[in-house]
Amino acid sequence: MAHTTERTRSSRRIWDIPGGVHPPEHKAQSMQLPLAHIPLAPSLIVPLSQHIGAPAIALVKEGDRVLKGQKIAEADGPISAPVHAPTSGTVTRIGDYTMPHPSGLQAEAIEISSDFSDTWCELYPMQDYRERDRSEVLHHIRECGIAGLGGAGFPAAIKLNPKGNAPIDTLILNGTECEPYITADDTIMRVRPEEIVAGAEILAHLLHEPADVLIGIEDNKPEAIKEMREACEGTRFEVVVFPTKYPSGGEKQLIQILTGREVPSEHLPAEVGVICQNVGTAAAIYRAIQFGEPLVSRITTVVGEALDIQRNIEVPLGTPVGHILANHGIDREQMAKIVIGGPMMGFTVQDERVPVVKTTNCILVPARKELPAPVPAQPCIRCGICAEACPASLLPQQLYWYARAEDYEKLEAYSIKDCIECGACAYVCPSHIPLVQYYRAAKGTMREAEQEKLKSDRARERFEFRKARLEKAEQEKEAKRQARKKAAEEARKRKAAQPASDKAGTSGASSEADVVAAALARVKAKESSPEQQKARAERSVKSAQERVQKLEEKASAAEGTQRDQLQAQLKAAQLKLGEAQQKLTALDQPEKTSSAAAAVDAAIARARNKAAMSPLEKAQKSVDSLRQRIQKMEEKIPQEQDAELQAALRDNHRKFQEKLVVAEQELAQLQQQEPGEATTPPAGNDKAQQAIERARAAAQARAGMSDEEKLAAELSSLEQRVEKARQRLRKAQDEGNENVPAFQAALDKMENKLAEKRQQMGEQQ
Amino acid sequence: MSWFASVSDAMLVLGGMALVFGAILGFAAIRFKVEGDPIVDQIDSILPQTQCGQCGYPGCRPYAEAIANGDAINKCPPGGQATINQLANLLDVEAVPLDEEHGSEDIKKVAFIREDECIGCTKCIQACPVDAILGAAKQMHTVIADECTGCDLCVEPCPVDCIDMIPVETTPRSWVWEKPGAHSQLIATDKIGEIRGAA
Amino acid sequence: MALMHASSPHTAQPQTSANIMQLVLAAMVPGIVALVAYFGVGVLFNLALCGLTALASEALMLKLRGRPIGFYLRDYSALVTAALLAVALPPYCPWWIPVVGTATAIILAKQLYGGLGFNPFNPAMVGYVVLLISFPVEMTLWVAPATVEHGLPDIEEAFSLVFGNYQVDGFTMATPLEIVRHNNSIIMSQLYNEEPVLAKGSIAGAGWEMVNLAFLVGGLYLLYRKVFTWHAPVGMLAALFLLSTVFYDSGSSLSEGSPLLHLFSGATMLGAFFIITDPVSSATSTRGRLYFGIGVGILVFVIRVWGSYPDAVAFAVLLMNFAAPLIDNYTLPRTYGHAAPRRATEKED
Repeated sequence: MAHTTERTRSSRRIWDIPGGVHPPEHKAQSMQLPLAHIPLAPSLIVPLSQHIGAPAIALVKEGDRVLKGQKIAEADGPISAPVHAPTSGTVTRIGDYTMPHPSGLQAEAIEISSDFSDTWCELYPMQDYRERDRSEVLHHIRECGIAGLGGAGFPAAIKLNPKGNAPIDTLILNGTECEPYITADDTIMRVRPEEIVAGAEILAHLLHEPADVLIGIEDNKPEAIKEMREACEGTRFEVVVFPTKYPSGGEKQLIQILTGREVPSEHLPAEVGVICQNVGTAAAIYRAIQFGEPLVSRITTVVGEALDIQRNIEVPLGTPVGHILANHGIDREQMAKIVIGGPMMGFTVQDERVPVVKTTNCILVPARKELPAPVPAQPCIRCGICAEACPASLLPQQLYWYARAEDYEKLEAYSIKDCIECGACAYVCPSHIPLVQYYRAAKGTMREAEQEKLKSDRARERFEFRKARLEKAEQEKEAKRQARKKAAEEARKRKAAQPASDKAGTSGASSEADVVAAALARVKAKESSPEQQKARAERSVKSAQERVQKLEEKASAAEGTQRDQLQAQLKAAQLKLGEAQQKLTALDQPEKTSSAAAAVDAAIARARNKAAMSPLEKAQKSVDSLRQRIQKMEEKIPQEQDAELQAALRDNHRKFQEKLVVAEQELAQLQQQEPGEATTPPAGNDKAQQAIERARAAAQARAGMSDEEKLAAELSSLEQRVEKARQRLRKAQDEGNENVPAFQAALDKMENKLAEKRQQMGEQQ
Repeated sequence: MSWFASVSDAMLVLGGMALVFGAILGFAAIRFKVEGDPIVDQIDSILPQTQCGQCGYPGCRPYAEAIANGDAINKCPPGGQATINQLANLLDVEAVPLDEEHGSEDIKKVAFIREDECIGCTKCIQACPVDAILGAAKQMHTVIADECTGCDLCVEPCPVDCIDMIPVETTPRSWVWEKPGAHSQLIATDKIGEIRGAA
Repeated sequence: MALMHASSPHTAQPQTSANIMQLVLAAMVPGIVALVAYFGVGVLFNLALCGLTALASEALMLKLRGRPIGFYLRDYSALVTAALLAVALPPYCPWWIPVVGTATAIILAKQLYGGLGFNPFNPAMVGYVVLLISFPVEMTLWVAPATVEHGLPDIEEAFSLVFGNYQVDGFTMATPLEIVRHNNSIIMSQLYNEEPVLAKGSIAGAGWEMVNLAFLVGGLYLLYRKVFTWHAPVGMLAALFLLSTVFYDSGSSLSEGSPLLHLFSGATMLGAFFIITDPVSSATSTRGRLYFGIGVGILVFVIRVWGSYPDAVAFAVLLMNFAAPLIDNYTLPRTYGHAAPRRATEKED
């Protein structure tokens, strides 16, 4: 496909590109007058996004005074470019302005009200760039806000720093300017060829002196070719001239023309060893290095039959298009549209206030008949003329069918992504179908879909991560619970083992030691915090005091047997009070260990109290405790999974039952010996002992249960206790026992507690 | 007895073949067993992953599994017709219109917390299926707009109603060309002059 | 007035689809003149009947489909279809032949598929084939060229033949292709001497060769005006030439006719430049069109020689219309930046 053409004036071989069209050039009409300047606009609108990539971030605020060339917005990320004040003046507003963009939408810009003095800020040239580190020079170029002036506006510094330091053997300066009407590059090549060449030297230096430095110009610009050839004399740079054909100036097409290489689809030119920069960009880089001038103005072609004056002007960025048109004798009657860029790839704007930006190479204001409105599209007759015109060798009519049908898979298969939107196909279409718009719409939708896909993939990831995290948290909680349960079980086993060894070691006061150990265990098993313990102790002290007080009053008022009864009660209450106070003082001590020790002491004291009980009481107690143990065993046996353990438990159960029988017999004997003494004052001691037993049992049971189970167990035990207390009360009442009020009080208290627990249970469920 | 011999031969041959093929098929079934359920993955990759639950399933993947098991493909309002068409294409079934029972297709939205009203209750954080809300107890919360799928699930739990679903704004960067419309595809009128005038 | 908003490009070359159709019609004039000169005014009857029927059925269908009638009629595509069918029909055929054929072409083969651009088959050829199968007698009666024997029917006779009950039998004669096809007894040079239609002509029969020459001239004009590329016509003619050379058999009694006979007889040139170049139903890329043309050329020869129909352009074109999507799939051009052309059926991996 690469037809070679030998040029007479250059020995360099050039290649042809497939397709292409030859629209009327209309270049002469803007080249009659020299490059000019127009009066400064009163207010300039400087968009924060004049390039490809992330918009810059404003550094100034409303009301700030700025000087020409001062950086007013900072690049945001690597693919971005800073923005500089195009003139001196005051920042009047930072906000949304209509952009020079086909969408006609608004975006952030800085409006500067000009003070007409056009005072430069201090500039920092880098003339010694050859001595500097490359990254420093690149940083300087980046800081000067230089983006491609050809049309796309890719930040220049990034292009000059190819990924992975890809070796570059060819630097191409693009002076093709293949679009009709536009002559901005032609102008700069004519009037500032030496700046372009100097810029090329900087570029070549930055790219490690590539073997070929080519300046590509179409053969319809003889004057520019002459000027550039003269400027290149004495350098190794080569001006390469090739036949005029649209779109030779496309980066990929120019690379093909000058090197015969093709940039692989969806890759960058650097990957085939080529870097391409616009001639205007080269000149801007030169000014940035030589004078430290940031990019604040550019050469723009102002052209179209609706204007009196058609020429190229050098204009500060941010100048509103309307201001420029007003300075060129616009005939608004004739003006049908304003095109930014050329007729083949430019876009229309609706708002005259849009500013000139770094990429604005042309403002085209055609008269009505000059570029007539598109005629209604006729059906595609698949003539294939578009395929002949396509410089990328696509099949535009197939793309059109699939774009219309929104068949994005097929569009992908037909390589719609390789379409450069040059418009050659739509230009030649005899049915005048707006092909490029179809492709743009389809590409946009595909891009959106791709982003959606990325986003949805990310959302899926995040969703799944969240799910996994929640599951993990749940598992950890469960694991902790299991660990606690295990620890408690082990502790219980240890406890079960310890009393046994104690028993074996100490022959005498075995029961006493047992009780002490039980109290110890109870204290340890209680997991409540010192504060809670203290509060509880205080509460019990208070209630005990009240009761003692009440009983004292009653006792002093009563007479005879009643008085004796009350006295007994009083004694029990006083005992309890002393106990509670002891506990409280122990808890009052700051260290937990000491409080625990004190509690142990208290428990021991209590146990000692109990040790000094009558044989009858002892018998009664052992019967009670045996009964409880048996009951517990009966509960436990069916729960036990291990057959061996179960058998062992059964064995124990039988032994305990035997013991119980013996103890009951003893008790019966003792009761016969001392009839009527069964309910004597030491009942308080008896009760305390029972309470200890029960508490111990409860604590043991609690240790191995979950909160809920614990609560349920507590509840059921409480219920049992309440029931028992009721029975006792009834019995006492029937017998006319003197302890009835005490029983009543205990029952009341237990019932309260039961109600409380029930409520708690209800809350938990 | 020759007929018997021939019949038994045939039966032997056929039976043998059946055995051999059965063995091959059995082997192939094990050897080339498809791991996992790729169709569910494929369906899941089409669904928009908003995790909004409007389909009646707790997330996109459960719905993907349900579709693989024969549920209707038109229960996803965030995906809209485009998703239905893709699913129909994948599953080779007819593309049906969206089931409005599960909600109607809407423009893309993201959640926005009116921050001065936020009381820092963390309820929205717990509701967000993609962890797109940042904040801590008693601290103001905020939505990471880029990660928000617009699922709406945080709006309901907010006790002070400070979450709005705001439409995603089109910027010059996110804007795309629209497909040429009626003005270029002549249908309505016969007179070229009129179209020229109107364009 | 508000400023206009449109996607680029903002300029276009002035050529329109209607212009192209007009050019095609203009390029058919030499062929039509030759036809009238050698086969008489019957051709004009066909043209008039086909043209009117085409416009009427197109308008009817557009109305039924709710499309703007004037806009679509102005694209001239219906008239091109009508003209192609008209020149392919035997002159002086009864009036309902062109009417039925054109209505079939426009309504069935074009509008029912969605109108211009959507028809997978060449409408004129669909109309022709439907007629050929339905009315084989009327469709195979060609009058003898003017320079041979009887002379042509005059205007009055023509009216009677077309609209009355007159039979055209008295004026007809076997076409050169039929003569060669049915010959298996004498050598070619003898055949050329014995058969008047061949004897009066120089290479492919009196009249026929001139008509084909005229269509060739028109086709070359279209080629010059870049209405289509050379690929399809060259492909078809080259394939036909090669095959007929191979089977010429030095002009023996078993010869299938000389290459020149095949190139300049029947509807060869009409087919090569006016029918297979119909872009709608052809392959899309230039390479694809070359293959499309070669396919038509081969099929034309095969059907002419071994088929049961004397001329074969219509069948060959329709068969290749079927194959066009397949050809497209295998002739995608290599896109810039891609190592090899992609198959449209392949998914990107």
